[in-house]
Amino acid sequence: MTSELDIFVGNTTLIDEDVYRLWLDGYSVSDAVALRVRSGILEQTGATAAVLQSDTMDHYRTFHMLERLLHAPPKLLHQLIFQIPPSRQALLIERYYAFDEAFVREVLGKKLSKGTKKDLDDISTKTGITLKSCRRQFDNFKRVFKVVEEMRGSLVDNIQQHFLLSDRLARDYAAIVFFANNRFETGKKKLQYLSFGDFAFCAELMIQNWTLGAVGEAPTDPDSQVDDMDMDLDKEFLQDLKELKVLVADKDLLDLHKSLVCTALRGKLGVFSEMEANFKNLSRGLVNVAAKLTHNKDVRDLFVDLVEKTPLQTPGPRKWLPRAPTVGVSLKAGREYLPT
Amino acid sequence: MPGKLKVKIVAGRHLPVMDRASDLTDAFVEVKFGNTTFKTDVYLKSLNPQWNSEWFKFEVDDEDLQDEPLQITVLDHDTYSANDAIGKVYIDIDPLLYSEAATVISGWFPIYDTIHGIRGEINVVVKVDLFNDLNRFRQSSCGVKFFCTTSIPKCYRAVIIHGFVEELVVNEDPEYQWIDRIRTPRASNEARQRLISLMSGELQRKIGLKVLEMRGNAVVGYLQCFDLEGESGLVVRAIGTACTLDKLSSPAAFLPACNSPSKEMKEIPFNEDPNPNTHSSGPSTPLKNQTYSFSPSKSYSRQSSSSDTDLSLTPKTGMGSGSAGKEGGPFKALLRQQTQSALEQREFPFFTLTAFPPGFLVHVGGVVSARSVKLLDRIHNPDEPETRDAWWAEIRQEIKSHAKALGCHAVVGYSESTSICEEVCILSASGTAAVLNPRFLQDGTVEGCLEQRLEENLPAGCGFCHIPYDELNMPFPAHLTYCNNCRKQKVPDVLFTTIDLPVDATVIGKGCLIQARLCRLKKKAQAEANATAISNLLPFMEYEVHTQLMNKLKLKAMNALFGLRIQITVGENMLMGLASATGVYLAALPTPGGIQIAGKTPNDGSYEQHISHMQKKINDTIAKNKELYEINPPEISEEIIGSPIPEPRQRSRLLRSQSESSDEVTELDLSHGKKDAFVLEIDDTDAMEDVHSLLTDVPPPSGFYSCNTEIMPGINNWTSEIQMFTSVRVIRLSSLNLTNQALNKNFNDLCENLLKSLYFKLRSMIPCCLCHVNFTVSLPEDELIQVTVTAVAITFDKNQALQTTKTHAEKLLQRASTDNEELLQFPLELCSDSLPSHPFPPAKEHLESASSNSGIPAAQRATSVDYSSFADRCSSWIELIKLKAQTIRRGSIKTTVTVEKASPMGEGNFRNRSAPPCANSTVGVVKMTPLSFIPGAKITKYLGIINMFFIRETTSLREEGGVSGFLHAFIAEVFAMVRAHVAALGGNAVVSYIMKQCVFMENPNKNQAQCLINVSGDAVVFVRESELEVVSTPQPAASCQPSCTGGEVTT
Repeated sequence: MTSELDIFVGNTTLIDEDVYRLWLDGYSVSDAVALRVRSGILEQTGATAAVLQSDTMDHYRTFHMLERLLHAPPKLLHQLIFQIPPSRQALLIERYYAFDEAFVREVLGKKLSKGTKKDLDDISTKTGITLKSCRRQFDNFKRVFKVVEEMRGSLVDNIQQHFLLSDRLARDYAAIVFFANNRFETGKKKLQYLSFGDFAFCAELMIQNWTLGAVGEAPTDPDSQVDDMDMDLDKEFLQDLKELKVLVADKDLLDLHKSLVCTALRGKLGVFSEMEANFKNLSRGLVNVAAKLTHNKDVRDLFVDLVEKTPLQTPGPRKWLPRAPTVGVSLKAGREYLPT
Repeated sequence: MPGKLKVKIVAGRHLPVMDRASDLTDAFVEVKFGNTTFKTDVYLKSLNPQWNSEWFKFEVDDEDLQDEPLQITVLDHDTYSANDAIGKVYIDIDPLLYSEAATVISGWFPIYDTIHGIRGEINVVVKVDLFNDLNRFRQSSCGVKFFCTTSIPKCYRAVIIHGFVEELVVNEDPEYQWIDRIRTPRASNEARQRLISLMSGELQRKIGLKVLEMRGNAVVGYLQCFDLEGESGLVVRAIGTACTLDKLSSPAAFLPACNSPSKEMKEIPFNEDPNPNTHSSGPSTPLKNQTYSFSPSKSYSRQSSSSDTDLSLTPKTGMGSGSAGKEGGPFKALLRQQTQSALEQREFPFFTLTAFPPGFLVHVGGVVSARSVKLLDRIHNPDEPETRDAWWAEIRQEIKSHAKALGCHAVVGYSESTSICEEVCILSASGTAAVLNPRFLQDGTVEGCLEQRLEENLPAGCGFCHIPYDELNMPFPAHLTYCNNCRKQKVPDVLFTTIDLPVDATVIGKGCLIQARLCRLKKKAQAEANATAISNLLPFMEYEVHTQLMNKLKLKAMNALFGLRIQITVGENMLMGLASATGVYLAALPTPGGIQIAGKTPNDGSYEQHISHMQKKINDTIAKNKELYEINPPEISEEIIGSPIPEPRQRSRLLRSQSESSDEVTELDLSHGKKDAFVLEIDDTDAMEDVHSLLTDVPPPSGFYSCNTEIMPGINNWTSEIQMFTSVRVIRLSSLNLTNQALNKNFNDLCENLLKSLYFKLRSMIPCCLCHVNFTVSLPEDELIQVTVTAVAITFDKNQALQTTKTHAEKLLQRASTDNEELLQFPLELCSDSLPSHPFPPAKEHLESASSNSGIPAAQRATSVDYSSFADRCSSWIELIKLKAQTIRRGSIKTTVTVEKASPMGEGNFRNRSAPPCANSTVGVVKMTPLSFIPGAKITKYLGIINMFFIRETTSLREEGGVSGFLHAFIAEVFAMVRAHVAALGGNAVVSYIMKQCVFMENPNKNQAQCLINVSGDAVVFVRESELEVVSTPQPAASCQPSCTGGEVTT
């Protein structure tokens, strides 16, 4: 006796969170059944392995059918085929777009191309995440990227609107998209100690302060340059950074800059005294990195350079680096003080 | 031109990409009704076109309005080649044709293609302007309401229940026409869908005409089925119960003028007497004074509405001899005669209803069924479907005669079904023989006193159990005892019925789903030889199914079956029987005895040991089940409950007829028991298997209950969470070991595993009950068995589930309060009357019943199942049967068994008002349920019947996820389309939903599969009770107080 066909269709689509997780993690049906058996579900419910197998198959089939809709979450909300309560819909979407820290660190800043996709095998082996799951995560990044790439307006808002993600997840995706677009190098050994969260924090500040969107939002200049507002760095701004050399060259300006920065950061920085003591070295390093940002290659290496060419890392890098863009902020804010 | 249909195409969304180059679609829409077609403009390059068309107007006959569906086709415009179809929407506009239902159909409909499934959605608005047509000879029946619900719909009141209506139409199946060889599968599927849609429209219209002729205005319990006869054609047939229904606007509108002979008066049950107290204890007035009028017209003819002109009948007391000496006797006879008169006018006194207005059902006789094996031949003239009509008429005649033999004049819970394999077709009909209260059946004036007395004479909760037939002239040997509830009337020891448990029935403990499953191998044969083989097998199957049911019922320590449905399915090389029912313990019926096992070779010591081991197991199971289902009837002195060797009680018997004439009833007494108890004799491995299989049925996990009726006896506090589902399984049998035993085991495992899977899947809903569990078996191919289950899981509140003892009056009140109208009519009488009606038996009567038990020779009381001798007897009996040409019919089973007592402990009202408020009614959610109600909610409006037929085909089966993926997606799509149609009608739920057909065919070698699904139900609007409380509707709590209700009545 073999089961040729075995299905269960509810008027309200049944979603088993545990099975959904196993599915997202890329386990095959048999692996998922084995894992569920290990979880002790058979003892709890008195079910047999055959029942579990049938149940798992059923859920996998449902998820497979839902996947098409999950690629465009607003479709999931408007579709008529699966009747799913709103809270469940949100859960499906959020979990589908969730990603593994280990995986995102591997692809952050890489071009989301077919080439990268081919490397997923290696990433899978390296991280222990199933290839299937890697593919899903990669495809999610790429899909979000494709959709918001050409859009105007706030990156986070666009992502939220088109993928119905939670605020936190939308911000993470904004960071991923921003890094992918600017191809920041994050994979170097020296940068390994930095977490995705660290980079996401940098990305958020850079989006706020370094992009065309940041400029566009300035009241002086409301309508011009609205394309790719949050995605691309403001070239003009990068150009202007060259002028900062004066901050290192001119002693008065260096002192003025120091006092301004110290006033701004006093009490806000754990390593304030070290910063104050090292300000000159620090400033020089930063200004040198900043001055080079006119070249694409140097933009990509921004984080590498920040770590290598500034003394940021010496006094406990973990505390310092995330603040690096803060320095950038002060740089940007300092634009108004520029003697030009 | 009595109707103008107006259609507006608003927009589309999520359309598929039809132009690969641009990844877009140039869509336009064709709107077709009858022979008229309109087109929208082409909306270029969009997947979300906004057509915003003008109103397309069709001026049509109302006949066409009823028959034709509105066809909306979405196409992709192509400048150079033919336009590509994206998909279609069929809209049944019938709900717009009667005033109380929907006024507009407006919403998003899935665009459906038979090859690709759902491809986007389209927003459509449909309206109908109807002009009144006064033509008496009109062919249309606009305005007749249709309900799938097999009880009086919740916001209506039955004025008259007219009776049975049936109709069938036949046509050639487009799939089998010559043209099918040259057209695409899509064209063929669409031709089929269109034809069936057309045929159902026509069928509904014809039934409507019959209803109008009977002066009714509605059909309740409408059941429409398709017979795909293959080469010989396509039959669409329907049965239903014609009624005159009144819409309930506000309860206050129905205050009666007491004892007035006005028509309104009698429509109101129990309210005729303004002062029921005088009746509750008063002596019976002479019955002779009562006159009853009924119209002398024949069925389907117009009934006279004036009572004066009607024939008056003075009932003869004492008619129906043998009942003298009993208080209820003359009355019963009178009643019978009265009902008889009312029913004899009807060709078939059948009712498709399974639940009834209070007081409607007087006595229940038992299950009657009839089967007939037919050879299909091509239907030569589709306009004269005489052969099919004649076949069904024959079967119905037989059912009628069976009912008569049980002393009943009506059949309730009636249904018909077919099973077709190649050119052989088994037609089946079954129902429950019953005696009805004539009050609802006729148009003339009926005095209220009869009903009044009826209520007194037949104590609530047990009346329907009392035997309708004559005790001294019983149609079959049955063991009778005095009713445990009233101690006055006789009851059988076991009661089988096809109806729902009456609300006022007193039940002890909870109910459970009981199934009998059976397979029989059959030699492959052609035509007549095949038909003969099948009809030879049928009686054995019926007998075994029946025995299994009886054994399982005993094992559950229960004494009655409700909702019994026996399905016999024919395949090429086997027959399958599946019987499902809900077992309960009726307080009125005697306690069932246990099961005793007897071996044939008593000398063998180890064998003896084995037998006693089995016996112990059985006894343990019975004890366990009693605990599980909370069956604790009060201890009765002379009966040791749970005794391993029980009192002999069982009596089963098959009554069959095989001749063409219904008068000539050949009876076969299969209860050839000369043993002393209900004995299972184990004399060979077969019997052993059977006993084993008895014990293999595992009870549902704790927190789960299941039943196949509307409500679960013993659970009355539903919460609002419901989950309707369909589950389909197909297994392939290995052809090597095809023996009956192996088959039985496979089939049994299939069903048990399916149930286990359901319990596991729905575990998050615990505590919950699977209601209306509906199993369907089909044999799509040689070695394939397909089982389809549709049911609904409803959660209930465990804490309240245990405090179940309610007085009868309360129960009735609660029940009544669900329907506004009855609320006002019940309370006075019930509160005064039925609260004290727990007759604890006088010792004398008790003794009497005990002595009558033992007085009957033991030999007559027992049934032993002795398989070897049974076979002999049967075969000799079968030799007597002359098979006439290709028409062979086999008969019905009537069963009655008796036993002990019970307490008047009331229990088990469904619909608890205290359902916690549920705020999760999100916009757009459409609930679906096979039940006629929605827990915790009140149905405020019926929007019309949903009756949809879909075909899905694929030529890329593997790509769509194999057979499971294909069918899973298709069923999900069917649900979606049903929901969309309901939402467009303005509804938020489908009740009485049923998947009538799910025909699945596959050809994995060709990577192809095809599936046909037919579903139906009633679209409704419901309001959560929590929301309803704001609007001031009478609350049951208030009506429980007599004073309060008294006030209401007098206002």
